[in-house]
Amino acid sequence: MPADEAIRTVGLRVVRGGRVVLPGLDTTVPAGEVVGLLGPSGCGKTTLLRALVGVQRIAGGEVRVLGRPAGDAALRSLVGYVTQAPSVYADLTIRENLRYFAAVLGASGARVKSVVDEVGLGDAVDGLVGELSGGQRARVSLATALLGEPELLILDEPTVGLDPVLRRDLWGHFAMLAAAGTTLVVSSHVMDEAERCSRLLLLRDGALLADDTPAALLRRTGATDVEGAFLRLVEAGSTP
Amino acid sequence: MSLRRTLATALRVLTQLRHDPRTIALLLVVPCVLLALLRYVFDRTPATFDRIGAPLLGIFPFTVMFVVTSVATLRERTSGTLERLLTMPMAKIDLLLGYACAFGLLAVVQALVASGLALGPLGLSVQGSGALVILIAVLDGLLGMALGLFVSAFAATEFQAVQFLPAFVLPQLLLCGLFLPRPQMPAVLRSVSDVLPLSYAVDAMTAVTASARVTGTLVLDLVVIAGWSLAALALGAATLRRRTA
Repeated sequence: MPADEAIRTVGLRVVRGGRVVLPGLDTTVPAGEVVGLLGPSGCGKTTLLRALVGVQRIAGGEVRVLGRPAGDAALRSLVGYVTQAPSVYADLTIRENLRYFAAVLGASGARVKSVVDEVGLGDAVDGLVGELSGGQRARVSLATALLGEPELLILDEPTVGLDPVLRRDLWGHFAMLAAAGTTLVVSSHVMDEAERCSRLLLLRDGALLADDTPAALLRRTGATDVEGAFLRLVEAGSTP
Repeated sequence: MSLRRTLATALRVLTQLRHDPRTIALLLVVPCVLLALLRYVFDRTPATFDRIGAPLLGIFPFTVMFVVTSVATLRERTSGTLERLLTMPMAKIDLLLGYACAFGLLAVVQALVASGLALGPLGLSVQGSGALVILIAVLDGLLGMALGLFVSAFAATEFQAVQFLPAFVLPQLLLCGLFLPRPQMPAVLRSVSDVLPLSYAVDAMTAVTASARVTGTLVLDLVVIAGWSLAALALGAATLRRRTA
């Protein structure tokens, strides 16, 4: 696997509860990109992300992340993962949450302050997470993943329920991280977030409809936006 | 294994408790109220209070720690924080020991308060040393914690976790020798009680009540309690999976 490759899956197959979620997925993600994983609810986005992090039991194929098998112990300080539901302690304050995860990751106290500012929660840092709004909680969860300055950030629908200004700021932040060499895989079911990505994976029923840059995807399908491109690819696929 | 991560986890669990003062109050006050109640139930037969007082000082921390830990661990599983921690450079043993330190400290405080009340104002008379009573009570609390941690893996909801109290703790309570001395039980029940850890907790407390001598049997009781705790912790560690379906 070349050094500029962050992720490679070969024939990745996942079966959950007797249902084939991913029948055999092949993709390669270059390092330093912001990759949008787009597709409708239930198409297998979360399962794919879980397989990349190494928490998903897989039925076949291979997943390599930063040159190692996904879930490898050496990856635990290199990969940051933000689940769809905020995985933080509701009965602790933001600061107490971040201090704990910083201790686990070996990050400094200064890092706690800087990630709080990065996600725009500086004013609420001593508030209990359980008393925050859904969007604020999601940002605490995101801040936790940023603590360890990971080389690969896997974000499952990080912008759901956020106000447009904040959403724009976060995408700006993602671009900055990518410019500094971090690879980001960001899932979304909102197609208009696609234009923020440098690369797109369109997923439907566990299969990739497209694996391309946004510009190339639009050129190839002749559509004016990603949603249109998605529809054309689905229609092209359903006609024999 | 990392001391930093273990201590950070213990501190985090204690901080969560600090945000929940009502739980702390219940943990400390309820055993005291029950002991006081028991003392007055047996007001006319102080010998009975002396016989069951010390065993109860072991049973309270066992029961309370079992419930608190199984619910706390279940919350860790359902909130997604367990999965998150396991994607981080956190060894399972660090997490388990962190929990053990935090709840162990709580067990110490609970044992000190309850034993202090029983041996002092309530006039519980014990031949052995008070320090030994407290040591056994703390070991019992740790045993309850380890078992609670293990069984929480089999609960999908908090309702189920709470039902594990009657399922796992009450049978042990019936067979531990508190209601009927174990040698007088039917042979089958006697054999079952020989396997259950709470029997050894009650045997140890009964021995301390009856005599100031630290016998080989008493030491063996303590070894069995500690062994059960370690086995339950190891089984609990096996139920923490980094990769799930």
